[in-house]
Amino acid sequence: MAPELGQYALVLALVVAAVQAIVPQVGAYRRDAAWMGVAPAAARAQFLLVLFAFGCLMVSFISSDFSVVNVFENSHSLKPLIYKISGVWGNHEGSLLLWILILTLFGAAVAQFGQNLPPTLQARVLSVQAMIGVGFLSFILFTSNPFARLDPAPFEGNGLNPLLQDPALALHPPFLYLGYVGLSVAFSFAVAALIEGRVDPAWARWVRPWTLAAWCCLTAGIALGSYWAYYELGWGGWWFWDPVENASFMPWLAATALLHSSIVVEKRDALKSWTVLLAILAFSLSLLGTFIVRSGVLNSVHAFASDPTRGVFILAFLVFVVGGSLTLYAIRAPSLKGGGLFRPVSREGTLVLNNLLLSTACFTVLLGTLYPLFLDAVASEKVSVGPPYFNSVFVPLMAPLIAALAIGPMLAWKRGDLAGVMGRLKFVAALAFLTGLGMAWYAWNIMPLAVLGMALVVWLGLGVLREWAERVRLFRWDIVESWRRARGLPRASYGMSMAHMGVALMVLGITASETWQEEKQVIMRPGDVQTVSDFELTFVGAEKVPGPNYSATAGTFVVTRNGQPVTILQPESRIFSNPPMETTEAAIRSTLAGDLYTVVGEGDGLGGYAVRLYYKPLVIWIWLGALAMMIGGMISLSDRRHRIGAPARKQAGESGTHRDPGALAAAGAGD
Amino acid sequence: MKPKRKRLFIVLIGLLFVSAAVGFSLFALDQELDVFRSPSEIAEKGFPSGKRFRVGGLVEDGSVSSEGIVTTFRVTDGAHALTITYDKILPDLFREGQGIIALGALNAGGTFEAQEVLAKHDENYMPPEVADALKKSGHFKPEGGDS
Repeated sequence: MAPELGQYALVLALVVAAVQAIVPQVGAYRRDAAWMGVAPAAARAQFLLVLFAFGCLMVSFISSDFSVVNVFENSHSLKPLIYKISGVWGNHEGSLLLWILILTLFGAAVAQFGQNLPPTLQARVLSVQAMIGVGFLSFILFTSNPFARLDPAPFEGNGLNPLLQDPALALHPPFLYLGYVGLSVAFSFAVAALIEGRVDPAWARWVRPWTLAAWCCLTAGIALGSYWAYYELGWGGWWFWDPVENASFMPWLAATALLHSSIVVEKRDALKSWTVLLAILAFSLSLLGTFIVRSGVLNSVHAFASDPTRGVFILAFLVFVVGGSLTLYAIRAPSLKGGGLFRPVSREGTLVLNNLLLSTACFTVLLGTLYPLFLDAVASEKVSVGPPYFNSVFVPLMAPLIAALAIGPMLAWKRGDLAGVMGRLKFVAALAFLTGLGMAWYAWNIMPLAVLGMALVVWLGLGVLREWAERVRLFRWDIVESWRRARGLPRASYGMSMAHMGVALMVLGITASETWQEEKQVIMRPGDVQTVSDFELTFVGAEKVPGPNYSATAGTFVVTRNGQPVTILQPESRIFSNPPMETTEAAIRSTLAGDLYTVVGEGDGLGGYAVRLYYKPLVIWIWLGALAMMIGGMISLSDRRHRIGAPARKQAGESGTHRDPGALAAAGAGD
Repeated sequence: MKPKRKRLFIVLIGLLFVSAAVGFSLFALDQELDVFRSPSEIAEKGFPSGKRFRVGGLVEDGSVSSEGIVTTFRVTDGAHALTITYDKILPDLFREGQGIIALGALNAGGTFEAQEVLAKHDENYMPPEVADALKKSGHFKPEGGDS
């Protein structure tokens, strides 16, 4: 029963979305309040219908209803409950339903918290949002029905890919989608603004929190995926420049650029048409990412079933969305008059530099990701573009970005004093230079890039602190005054510092773990000892251990340092029966100083086992850095000035205690 | 006129910057691209030794032998086979009859020294390149491998 109800709800949602796409748009054109008023109600209805459908699918999964094809193919009655639930989105159809659920959630949120938006703008935003909804609801209903039935119903399901039976991966898709789809709001605002023909600081004040929220989720989603790859794939790598990873990274780069350019629109009323373009491109890249992942056109470590009709549908939709919005942009953008002028050396100037570097980086990733596809089409030559390409183009783009990151926030708006800022940063610069010098002596023969990396870490990390000290006048006046100022600083400012510090921490983790990693791949017999970093690992042996739905070869290492016991590590190599496959369970001793990472492979039949042992110094800081970036985003989001419902005209009440009740919940994520 | 000219100047600098980046990327692409060759193409046309490329096919039955951590095996597309050595732990899904892709280079003796061996997460999955190579040599079985 549940599957049919779910499908019925989806059909109804499609109809509601079609109404919501057309009626408010016409209403906004004719300034008809009644017609525009359809939008919020329809957006809420759409959300409830999709939520209901999603609930129906979840019921089918939890009750292991194998008469539903999707449940049969992706679930198993013996699976733990949490993976029955995460199995809902661990497959193509279900993850698409989650995509739509989040899309409609954002639509409903705009309806809820956007009550003080200009009515025509809100109607148009919701109408554009519904157009995207129509596209995706038709996609799911016509090509990927999650509720398709199977007759006769099998007794047992195929089970979920064991690699996906993991807490981080259960959370990875929802966060990623919150990010992807969150960018649809920025997109809808951009298109609506183009239709309105008006982009002003009030508009940017609206777009920024949505982008910020989407960016936080995207950051979390990508970091979770990367951490999962690190501990689950057994190779100790955390980023592979795989097409599917790039698919999520491109929208992130674009969203990061958008986040910064919308600041310029908000504060200085400049860079308007560029910001609108970025909003369109960021969401287009999300769609492109969906296309890459869902169509299977690109070879990837992620095994998703490829289906040409699905690929064609998304491609057509992509062409429609990108083509349509860019055409609209071409027609309307010239009428968006820029306001504030600024010198190249100014806060705006560094934000422009940020945008230039981020969008170029995004473009190079796009190039590397799509080039194999292009070459296959024109020359039918199968090629792959691997990490060497991405590393060689990415580092030269990121290095100046990070260098500028310490300077930008200290420059004044409109006209900055670079010499003055450099003067204030001279101790930071000296320390960074000394670090570089030290590294040149210490690490040049291991990896010359480490010199640059560590110098940048010191430069940015201390630069962020210096900027904060500057703002609170630390050590210049008495400490009480500094404390008062520190408390008075807007949260957005703390958010920025935190996020920028996150970048420094991440660079620290990447540089240190890449430079001073130790790796051993050897055959070990019981009693053998290997030394990695300053740890001695004694291989005790390996034995067969049965698990709930797999059987495992579990190896045991006793780890000591200078003869003192440290820990016992027990990596496993698991063989699953439903579906049949093998996975590696690395055993990791994770500390802030570094990770000891062990993997046991197959036995050689002579009592020896192939093992992989790594020591990765400071590697955890890669994800702690990402966490800091995300927390920074959330702190910034909780700033009163960013409250999603904050009325545009409240500039005067900036310092007052005015709070918009409707806005509190929206900012709840940050509080 | 002045602000306008200044803006033009900024736009030009931006364009210059972007085109430099694009040029550099294309150069890097050219340098870092890994082409795919099937064992038959290697047998017929050869490939310069020391230059990195990818080769793929099915792991030939009975060809896998290991000496310590170094594994030697042959990949075949049905018509020809190529000997590969690999000095790391093979992926979980590596077994005889499985479709795999290896990244590496030929040494002077014509043996392919792999830096990386990929077998896909999904055991029914056949890398498209391998499927193509098998189709070309006329040995394609849709189910892939011996599963």
